[in-house]
Amino acid sequence: MNSEEIKKDFPIFKNRDITYLDSGATAQRPQCVIDAIDKFYENKNANPHRGAYELSIEATEAYENTRDKVAKFINAAHKEEVIFTKNASEALNLIAYSYGLDNLNEGDKVVISIMEHHSNLVPWQFVTKKTGSKLEYMYINENYELSEEEIKSKITENTKIVGITHVSNVLGTINNIKEIIKYAHKMGAVVIADVSQSIPHMKIDVQDLDCDFLAFSGHKMLAPLGIGVLYGKKKILNNMNPFLMGGDMIEYVYEDKTTFAPLPNKFEAGTQNVEGAVGLGAAIDYIEKIGYDTIENIEKDILSYAKSELSKLDFVETYYTPNKENHSSVISFNIKGIHPHDLATILDSEKVAIRAGDHCAQPLIRYLNLPATCRASFYMYNTKEDVDKLINALKKAYNMFAKFIK
Amino acid sequence: MENLDEVYNELIMEHSMNSYNKHKLDHADRCEKGHNPSCGDEIELELKLNGNIIEDIAFTGSGCAISQSSTSIMADVLRGKTIAEAKEITKTFIEMIKREITDEKELEKLEEAIAFKNVANMPARVKCALLAWHTLEKMI
Repeated sequence: MNSEEIKKDFPIFKNRDITYLDSGATAQRPQCVIDAIDKFYENKNANPHRGAYELSIEATEAYENTRDKVAKFINAAHKEEVIFTKNASEALNLIAYSYGLDNLNEGDKVVISIMEHHSNLVPWQFVTKKTGSKLEYMYINENYELSEEEIKSKITENTKIVGITHVSNVLGTINNIKEIIKYAHKMGAVVIADVSQSIPHMKIDVQDLDCDFLAFSGHKMLAPLGIGVLYGKKKILNNMNPFLMGGDMIEYVYEDKTTFAPLPNKFEAGTQNVEGAVGLGAAIDYIEKIGYDTIENIEKDILSYAKSELSKLDFVETYYTPNKENHSSVISFNIKGIHPHDLATILDSEKVAIRAGDHCAQPLIRYLNLPATCRASFYMYNTKEDVDKLINALKKAYNMFAKFIK
Repeated sequence: MENLDEVYNELIMEHSMNSYNKHKLDHADRCEKGHNPSCGDEIELELKLNGNIIEDIAFTGSGCAISQSSTSIMADVLRGKTIAEAKEITKTFIEMIKREITDEKELEKLEEAIAFKNVANMPARVKCALLAWHTLEKMI
């Protein structure tokens, strides 16, 4: 399979004339995912976990089948270690509230990287302030990478929680999270891996990584909006208090007290997003059908082509590691003298969709001393033709602005 | 988008890249910061008043061509106007960008600021064009 063939599976590219280079924000959906949602509503819709009738049982099965599928997909040891959330942000907030608030004390440290998305950063500011613990950052070096020295100097014996993104959504840097997890465990900390930007592109194995928690959104990996996953080690999840309370997450409710349902229901209050789960299941099937090997090969080609074409434009500045084995799927760039938002507008007039701004990573953008960046992000359906269109649009933008740049 | 050249026109580009209004005032009477958190556009507006007349306006800051030129052109248009006139022009500008003006004649009072008319067709950029004017609203 090549990306031209894969592209045919995505109806949006038949319906819209667009060069879509914003999959880091959200991916497009293949027909099979859209069909799976339709079929669910046409044949199986009911409230899961509630009714004793056949339809509700089938809705429950549809929902729980995806849990099995996710567990296998990320190689979780137990299916109840997979908790559905609405996205990675909710999963990370759940950890911050239900684990962080109850396990951090004065003098403890939470260590995260400067590359974190706001969703793995702002909750830790809140929780460390609330508990009197301290938030510390691991900073990147001139290659936009975390050095071993930096990691070891920040993760110390009083570090109780480490939050680390697998792939930076701004820089595309792949962090060696397996080594970070190993070292953090040696220091006695639990580790949260945010794999939102990596799981669309590479195989994730929670047992191999040995992470304590892991979070991702479905919509970046071809699934519908509004479904995400929290993985946590069973022993840790069992000892945590619920995050949201209400229907379906309880066992017995008395006037003055409540006992909670066992995992995973304890963390899934209220009627759940079954359509989202069904769509996520179909997305996993699709990714497995294409195969991560194929996805990685396609993206390696497209990324190296894009980098080589961009390097030919002397007015473009790029921000990524020179170590290509540590670089995945996104390229941030700027044209000197043109603000990223103006550039995105001009590219839009050429039907090239990129993201411009701080990418929900303001501390990183500030650390890089940039006002903002443009970001092109790639996925399995992007072709060399897409890159050529980007390059042509960049040339047009530069020509428009060049005579005014003094 | 069809009217890209109408938005990124000569006047807007000149003001965004090489604005003579971009500096600090020596003895400003009022100062206010404006910020678009989602875009990162930042400006600091300064006013020098003489009674109820805006004697001078200047700004510093950074951001996209739309936000920076809108600030600069606003300074040109409002310099020498009374506060009441400035309020009226600001209201009209905001209404133009939000497409709430029915009588085109009303736009005449905007002078050069009418150059931003087509930003009304670019929802993603409306906030950029309005930043300076919303900031000024807080000052007068």
